[in-house]
Amino acid sequence: MKLEYTAEHQAFREEVRSWLKANVPAEPLKSFDTEEGFQQHREWEAKLYEGRWGMITWPEEMGGRGADLLQWLIFEEEYYAASAPLRVNQNGIFLLGPTLMEYGTEEQKKRFLNGMATGKDIWCQGWSEPNAGSDMAAIRSRADLSEDGSHYIINGQKTWSTRAVWADWCFGMFRTDPESERHRGLTFILVPLDSEGITVRPIPQLDGLPGFAEIFFDNVKVPVDCRLGGEGEGWSVAMATAGFERGLMLRSPARFQETAKRLVELYKANQETADEDPSIREAVLRAYMDAEAYCLTTYQTACRLMQGGKIGAEASTNKIFWSELDQQMHATALKILETRGELLPESPDAGDVGRWLDGWLFAQSGPIYAGTNEIQRNIIAERMLGMPRK
Amino acid sequence: MDFTFSEDQLLFQESVRDFLVNEITPDKIRQLWETDSGRSDELWQQLAEMGLTGLTVPEDFGGLGMNELDFVLLAQEAGYVALSEPLVNSVLVATPLLSECGNSAIAEQWLPKIASGEARAVVGLAVNKLVEDAHCADLLLLEKGGAIYAVEAANASLRANESVDPGRKLFAVDFDPAAAVCLAEGGAAQALINKALNRGALGVAAQSLGLAQRMIDLSVRYTSERKQFGVAIGSFQAVKHHMANIAYKLEYAKTPVYRAAYDIANDTPRADLSVSHAKLAACEVADLAAKNSIQVHGAMGYTWEVDLHIFMKRAWALNSSYGTAGFHKNRVAAVLLADNAALGAGATF
Repeated sequence: MKLEYTAEHQAFREEVRSWLKANVPAEPLKSFDTEEGFQQHREWEAKLYEGRWGMITWPEEMGGRGADLLQWLIFEEEYYAASAPLRVNQNGIFLLGPTLMEYGTEEQKKRFLNGMATGKDIWCQGWSEPNAGSDMAAIRSRADLSEDGSHYIINGQKTWSTRAVWADWCFGMFRTDPESERHRGLTFILVPLDSEGITVRPIPQLDGLPGFAEIFFDNVKVPVDCRLGGEGEGWSVAMATAGFERGLMLRSPARFQETAKRLVELYKANQETADEDPSIREAVLRAYMDAEAYCLTTYQTACRLMQGGKIGAEASTNKIFWSELDQQMHATALKILETRGELLPESPDAGDVGRWLDGWLFAQSGPIYAGTNEIQRNIIAERMLGMPRK
Repeated sequence: MDFTFSEDQLLFQESVRDFLVNEITPDKIRQLWETDSGRSDELWQQLAEMGLTGLTVPEDFGGLGMNELDFVLLAQEAGYVALSEPLVNSVLVATPLLSECGNSAIAEQWLPKIASGEARAVVGLAVNKLVEDAHCADLLLLEKGGAIYAVEAANASLRANESVDPGRKLFAVDFDPAAAVCLAEGGAAQALINKALNRGALGVAAQSLGLAQRMIDLSVRYTSERKQFGVAIGSFQAVKHHMANIAYKLEYAKTPVYRAAYDIANDTPRADLSVSHAKLAACEVADLAAKNSIQVHGAMGYTWEVDLHIFMKRAWALNSSYGTAGFHKNRVAAVLLADNAALGAGATF
């Protein structure tokens, strides 16, 4: 055990920091759940790509830097510390990208990864359906192979597709074997959202913005070369994606450490009134320690993976931990803000409320998406502890 | 940067675990409860033969010359079996205090005997009020009036107390400073006391991790066997979630404990903060493990016969040892709320 950065890591951190300092927009971008904000974030992705900072863990020939997981964590630390824009293409670069590298053909990698990296193609997910939420194996949307075998014909409906309103592509699972049940007979397919027969219906989220959408498929023709992995093998391909999502890539500790830092600052600035409720100080200390613990555990996992270890139930323990931490931190901030806590930031009397309310609204989704925390607890009990399924 | 234990450290953990799990069975614990001292000389000799009593004793004095990071996984295993012999405090607190106190005569006199298992030393810090295992100690290192004294057993008078945990032996200790050796006073004593407190708190934290794991294991086994409504009660989601809540929190208590061990072993400036975080997190998860485990054991968990209470009571007893939660929260607050605190992403290491 050695809990110190090497000189190379320190130099890498400096390089990231100086690039971000020179390039992060001075004015925060508009929300990527607005059309204008979406465009701004797409341009930011292009800028990151130009500097080869778009996806540093990707190989160099794909525009990355072949960075190791520790460099990734360092990059994220600097990224959040610099308040750089959120990643509009996270479904693509963090989830589909690694899956494509594992399951895609050489041609598919060539075709999709570059557009993903540059922000030309923004990706959304097509997992959930009205009757397949936590129970993803209940998917009913169908993809039928055409008679000449050249394309699939997709019919059905997907829902809760984040950023589908302005995205270019959707990846998801469809039932290719109509006789199949549960997780057999499902196939992973990449679908261009400008295909004929697709209707996207925006769904306003808690903040009123269309952050996700329903996608209707009415005889949508998709060439077979858009299939990722073999026909009927969609479940195992999707599980790899879900593993990345719950695991290391999507929710860097840096995000929560920066929130914890802002919470400590908010508490210090309002300490006199905040201390009228002694539980607030306690919650602030806990937030900091939990964010720290999340960071420590992530570093441990990264080091273990770099030494050849495999990701296990961490994906589920992580998911519960960060999503509940995020809720707890924002709840505490709103308590500190007292009656200002409910005010939208642009309200004339909102003062220094900042982004806490937005964060609070977003934090409500954490324990639900990417597999509800109840599902994660089942996974921990059954797979990590070996408790009986029935 | 490497946040993993070495192969040697993991192998040592494995062999110590095998030994402890085979030797310190719940039956053996119950037998020891019935003895006057509650301690076993035979067991202590076995621990000495494995090198454990001398783990942190310098090699010149017959020890292994290892540090807190080498021991933390072993302390976790000691917690897993609710070991009552004073091993954790001897290795983590008494031995380093003797090595670092600056009195080489005392160190030369006692450290070889501690390494060989011939003598036992215990520490009494003011923060704990009572002294653990004073009855089986040959040497007591006691804090009094801001100074630290080395007191031989013959010069200490003990008043025994009984704990909810029959395995813990706690004593009020009185001694005449005039008949003892003063090891340190003033600022030097304060520094030694703070280090002893940090090491003791690390020991409590590491044992709490092991206790939590043991309570999970007992509860998983019990709920997989116990049937109601025709099925194992462990198949019920409410029962699963009680267990999952311990298991996931345990993962986020382990790394703070390992970091604290590293920080003490390397004498880093953030050691106070790391130790307090570790102790808070580990004691909290052990507490939750006790609460949820007795619940899933039903009425069985409320009995003397079922083994759960051996571990549950140890977790309760350790909770306020080497600094209460309030003490450690205040230490965390002192760092976090300071004007120049380094916080946020990138400030961890």
